[in-house]
Amino acid sequence: MQNAPLLRVEDLKVEFPTRRGRLVAVDGVSFDIAPGEVLGVVGESGAGKSMTGSAIIGLLEPPGRIAGGSISLDGRRIDNLPYEEMRKIRGKHIGAIFQDPLTSLNPLYSVGKQLVETIETHSDLSPTQARERALALLREVGIPAPERRIDQYPHQFSGGMRQRVVIALALCANPRLIVADEPTTALDVSIQAQIIALLKRLCREHGTAVMLVTHDMGVIAETADRVAVMYAGRVAEIGPVRDVIKNPKHPYTVGLMGSIPRIGRDEERLTQIEGSMPRLTEIPTGCAFNPRCPLVFDRCLRDRPDLIDVGPFHRVSCWKYAEGVGHA
Amino acid sequence: MIAFVIRRLLQSLIVMLVVGFVAFSMFNFLGDPINNMVGQDATEEDRENLRVALGLDKPFYVQFLVYLSNAVQGNFGTSYRLGMPVVDALADRLPATLELVFCAAGLALLVGVPLGVYTGLHRDRWLSKVFLTLSLVGISLPTFLIGILLILFFAVQLGWLPSFGRGDVVDLGFWSTGFLTASGLKALILPSVTLALFQLTLVMRLVRAEMLEVLRTDYIKFARARGLSNRAVHFGHALGNTLVPVITITGLQIGSLIAFAIVTETVFQWPGMGLLFLQAVQFVDIPIMSSYLILIAFFFVAINLVVDLLYYFVDPRLRADRAVAGGH
Repeated sequence: MQNAPLLRVEDLKVEFPTRRGRLVAVDGVSFDIAPGEVLGVVGESGAGKSMTGSAIIGLLEPPGRIAGGSISLDGRRIDNLPYEEMRKIRGKHIGAIFQDPLTSLNPLYSVGKQLVETIETHSDLSPTQARERALALLREVGIPAPERRIDQYPHQFSGGMRQRVVIALALCANPRLIVADEPTTALDVSIQAQIIALLKRLCREHGTAVMLVTHDMGVIAETADRVAVMYAGRVAEIGPVRDVIKNPKHPYTVGLMGSIPRIGRDEERLTQIEGSMPRLTEIPTGCAFNPRCPLVFDRCLRDRPDLIDVGPFHRVSCWKYAEGVGHA
Repeated sequence: MIAFVIRRLLQSLIVMLVVGFVAFSMFNFLGDPINNMVGQDATEEDRENLRVALGLDKPFYVQFLVYLSNAVQGNFGTSYRLGMPVVDALADRLPATLELVFCAAGLALLVGVPLGVYTGLHRDRWLSKVFLTLSLVGISLPTFLIGILLILFFAVQLGWLPSFGRGDVVDLGFWSTGFLTASGLKALILPSVTLALFQLTLVMRLVRAEMLEVLRTDYIKFARARGLSNRAVHFGHALGNTLVPVITITGLQIGSLIAFAIVTETVFQWPGMGLLFLQAVQFVDIPIMSSYLILIAFFFVAINLVVDLLYYFVDPRLRADRAVAGGH
């Protein structure tokens, strides 16, 4: 939204060569993240949101690869860097948090060792200073008695505590962007809120931008400044959180919002969107949402919609909003 | 920790008792020892006297207890064939076998682990494929054939290395070693390679399989996402986590190296315990055979104990006594 975005993703395409042809997991995704901004990315499983995150940190699992488009950090292209160059950016400029804190930490290394190792990779601190910094980080993420905890192993921490350690690890080198891939999905509901609050507070204090990948609309509403709704590898709608939640434009987003159960309303059945997201091998021509869309018309079956402005900073990829069509 | 060691020691004791019983039974089931000792023209009275003198008229369990108490004091009887105490005969041969096994095991680990890491990390490189194909040869060729081929090539054709024996050994009083002379070292090469080849390929394939497994885990992905160097990720995080199965298999394999050095020792006329055992079988030298059985069982039990203790050092999750997971 500002003049100089921190992260700019343009027309990103991620594909997997398979025996039955190439699968396009992310198809022409574009968005910006401003410094200090929290961008929520929502969508069903397989919508391409985690894949976009992996592409940004340069860790797509082979044979997945970036087939087109570009990713720039602070104006510098990072999608085509050699492995060693990208490695120096990972951790230092872009931190990452993964879904499952129980498996994100190496079971054979003490928490302190993993922190110190990461700090030493990205700075010139002496081992003693690195340990001091590790202690400070543990304290910052709210781990009680860090002096005692620092030499313990991951299995001695609970799930919520481990995710705090993971956050500390992601913050080690004060990155400007954190890609958080479903950071709370594997946690108890009561812990989720704590972790989200922690992440939010730390990023505000450090001025860190966050790309928050999740399928939990509640988390987005709570945390994000803007939200991108993904469907079948494309951005369906992107805009400020308030606008998208209060006034969704894309029929898919409308369906998503409608399917969130509300406290206080007595419902016999949960509302849902008819059908399911197409598999990557069976994405229809035209708009990928057309088989499920209640408002589908002929153009949706023929042409693929691109993002169209529907308000300040609010964009939707739906033919309904295209001018001069007259079907709206 | 102490309780764990004591429990393991008790278990080992039970194993040794059972083995002792089997070894003892050999005396009674493999012919009448009196027959083996007295000449053809001994009278029935001579036989009876000898039977009483040796305590063989006593009940079975009394004989067993006597056997055990002798064994504990290091008295395993006298070899029928050599006419010397079994302990001395074995002690004579033990250094030769242990030095051979030590070299073979060292070779298998020092070459097998790096090859396994290499083929695991770069599984699509042609060199990895060459190693894997060669390892199939190592696994499928029988030991004696490898030994004979090596002799043919390096001893007969090229004349570089001796084809049999230990070369010159230095007697240290309690130990005769081939490590201190040039001819002793040269004599070690072919038998060690022969004995190591199968283990080497086994270790390599095991390390490769484990590396492939570990490299897919979340903590490796997270380690990469933190920007750690490849070296730290591969040799610190990944290799460390492959160690537990590798230690297990290697421990068991060292036991079988000692026990099954027989074939290699025969091919190279290596004056070790295997050769002694084979000669004992030909002469039905039961004291040697049963003592060999006990000794090998002892090695297996001891190695397994060491392996269990190594786990304890490698994997902090097993140090359960001070592991208490903290609350949220």
